Amino acid sequence: MITAQERIQADITANAVVVYMKGTAETPQCGFSAIVVQILSSLGVPFKDVNVLADHEVRQGIKDFSNWPTIPQLYIQGEFIGGCDIVREMHQAGELQELLKEKGILAA
Amino acid sequence: MSLASDVLEGLLRESFSSAVIEIQDLVGDGDHYQVAVFSNDFVGKTRVQQHQMVYQALKGKMGNELHAMALKTGILPV
Repeated sequence: MITAQERIQADITANAVVVYMKGTAETPQCGFSAIVVQILSSLGVPFKDVNVLADHEVRQGIKDFSNWPTIPQLYIQGEFIGGCDIVREMHQAGELQELLKEKGILAA
Repeated sequence: MSLASDVLEGLLRESFSSAVIEIQDLVGDGDHYQVAVFSNDFVGKTRVQQHQMVYQALKGKMGNELHAMALKTGILPV
């Protein structure tokens, strides 16, 4: 029996960029989730979306995993980056783009 | 699910006594806030750590009683 924590660890290890969100990248069900999707899409970053509304265990599990009470949550190469506010601030400051280049996810 | 803004401010004030705290009730429903906390307690902390400190101060209310809170944190200007 694989636990939610193990599934989360496997997903953020196997995928360079993962967004835990409400809804899917195509149809976000929450404005905050939609903003993170929009930022990543505008940068042309491929990412895996995990719809927490479709999986109750992951919905709670991801909050415990990161000690972070809200959705969305962005992970880059296994590291928790932040929620909507932090991602938006980092994008506006150009830090998100820098980080993605550093990690080799965006072309330098 | 809602939380009065004075309760919210009280919880934040308990943890960040000398902080500048701005609270805006975006819709007027006690459930969608924009909150800014500027405190010297954030010196040397990453953004994620700063936000975690704020969530900690709210004692589990974030994501339960409190549905949406746009959060900005920073250090007090010298």
